[in-house]
Amino acid sequence: MKAASERAGGKPLAAKWELKLYVAGQTAKSLQAFANLKRICEEHMAGEYRIEVVDLMKNPQLAKGDQILALPTLVRKLPEPVRKIIGDLSNTERVLVGLDLRARTTKA
Amino acid sequence: MRSPKSKTAKSNTLPGGLPKCPTGIHGLDEITFGGLPRGRPTLVCGGAGCGKTLLGMEFLVRGATDFDEPGVCLSFEETADELASNVASLGFDVAGLVARKKLAIDHVSIERSLIEEAGEYDLEALFVRLGHAVDSIGAKRVLLDSVEALFAGLENESVLRSELRRLFRWLKQKQLTAIVTGERGQGTLTRHGLEEYISDCVIVLDHHIDETVLTRRLRIVKYRGSTHGTNEYPFLIETDGISVLPVTSIELKHAASNERVSTGVPALDTMFGGQGYFRGSSVLVSGTAGTGKTSLTAHFVNAACARGEKCAFFSFEESAGQIIRNMRSIGIDLGRWVEKGLLLFHASRPTTFGLEMHLVKIHRTLQEFDPRIVVVDPVTALLHSGTESETKNMLLRLVDFLKEKRITALMTTLTSGSNAREQTEVAISSLVDVWLLLRDIESGGERNRGLYILKARGLAHSNQIREFLLTDHGVELREVYLGEAGLLTGSARVTQEAKDESAALMARQDIERKQFLLERKRKALDAQVAALQLELETEEQESRQLIAQEELKLKKWEQDRSTMARSRSVNKGPRSSDGGSAKARGGRK
Repeated sequence: MKAASERAGGKPLAAKWELKLYVAGQTAKSLQAFANLKRICEEHMAGEYRIEVVDLMKNPQLAKGDQILALPTLVRKLPEPVRKIIGDLSNTERVLVGLDLRARTTKA
Repeated sequence: MRSPKSKTAKSNTLPGGLPKCPTGIHGLDEITFGGLPRGRPTLVCGGAGCGKTLLGMEFLVRGATDFDEPGVCLSFEETADELASNVASLGFDVAGLVARKKLAIDHVSIERSLIEEAGEYDLEALFVRLGHAVDSIGAKRVLLDSVEALFAGLENESVLRSELRRLFRWLKQKQLTAIVTGERGQGTLTRHGLEEYISDCVIVLDHHIDETVLTRRLRIVKYRGSTHGTNEYPFLIETDGISVLPVTSIELKHAASNERVSTGVPALDTMFGGQGYFRGSSVLVSGTAGTGKTSLTAHFVNAACARGEKCAFFSFEESAGQIIRNMRSIGIDLGRWVEKGLLLFHASRPTTFGLEMHLVKIHRTLQEFDPRIVVVDPVTALLHSGTESETKNMLLRLVDFLKEKRITALMTTLTSGSNAREQTEVAISSLVDVWLLLRDIESGGERNRGLYILKARGLAHSNQIREFLLTDHGVELREVYLGEAGLLTGSARVTQEAKDESAALMARQDIERKQFLLERKRKALDAQVAALQLELETEEQESRQLIAQEELKLKKWEQDRSTMARSRSVNKGPRSSDGGSAKARGGRK
């Protein structure tokens, strides 16, 4: 399953941060999520990241592999361990916590 | 929010009532009158371990194998492999069905600790996955097991609830017949109130333990737009799936047979007017311990097997070998019927399973073996597996079922000494058609067996008590002695009979003697008559001689007189007087 997702990327594997954003079509939420992700990545991991967008409308079979349930979902493939952040990523704090860029506090 | 590939949205309003989707689960389709509502979700809820997942899986597997309706299982709890191995014990080849694209299993796992929620989201991916699975095999059935796991995995409950509502709507739009399982909550049907969203059909599974015996139950809480059985129905998880046991014919409409069959005891047949009992009737043999109930049933069985009919013997007290050995001692060889495949023993301890399991075992055997006569020996043993009312219900169902199939039911029941004889412990007397009562008759330091027919619906039957003898060539019925001394059995009867016989002999001899005496008297009198006759004749002869002598004398005298007269007056009236006297003489002669 991992192989499938790597294949979809097709970029050099040098990136320290390997992120996958699962969406279903060009919805407001998915566009919002992508924009938010881009912004956060630029701020915190400029030059070290790679984003792959998976559109489940086109490839529904890919949802199974990463156990995607909610949309949009951001999956941090690298660095390990795998982490998932769901939602349109508008809550930057939570995104940073989810990406382990900020210390985990008590969950809301 | 839109559903992926929402292409099918056929309205589902058939004039002939709600279309139904047969589950293929034994018994469930009967109580739902055809199955689950087609194209709608059904909620199956219950506590842990009550068989929700199994019910759902069987629904899918049966759909795929029996109805050519592929199914998708969206499992939130177990992985595909776990599910497959769990139901493999029921003989479901999940892997094979998956390979043949009859079944798709998608395991949805949610690790809350690995998920961070950051902003708005929906569960579109769930729809995508389900939609993809459904489309890939053309599924008609869906199992969501158990969707409530989402509540544990996601924080935002309001999103979840609206998405669930959308999910169920989506299922309806896609015309998918779905089973949604839910954990039973405190005071509510499901912990998270799924019943709020699924209102077409709700089935509650339950299990409770009575005196260490587990009974599973199923109840249809609601079924919108359809009639359904409203009771709590026991169900079982068996080696080949779930069996719901309503198999009660809800109505009494079984046809009655007019065919009479022999009991195997000629004298008993005679008591039934010479022809035995009706085929398909239920016969109860009741009696206290050791009255010969099993032996009597062995006769029934023997007779049935001899007619070439198959017979199933459910024994709850003795093993098959023991019964065969014991019956051999009264001259009945049941072993040969077993060898011929006409007789099937099924011996088990009543406490081995719950009542329902026993009933299911019986049902199974009936279906597989298809016997004409079924023996349950004794039904009272089943009391150990359930309460009295449950046992009665079970027997009621059994009797109904057997009647429907026109199978003769033969049940024995043990009455304890303290109970009224005409009361069976499980109070099933009202269910049976023929009731044979075996009782002890104690007298003269002996305990003997008596048999009588307490009831026989629709059969002319003897009202007599017979003495019931177990001989080395089977059961024999004897007339009991009913005399001045009351009811006599056993050796008292034999003594009395001997006494009677000698009395009869004496009476016979007396008669003979009297007849002889009479004859002799007649002969004596006859002789007397003959003697008197002889005497009379002698006397008569003598008298005649005397008379003749007298006449002769008289004649002589007259002759003398006329000669004298002639000689005195020779010329006076010479000839006339002479002629006249001659005439007179001729007249006398």
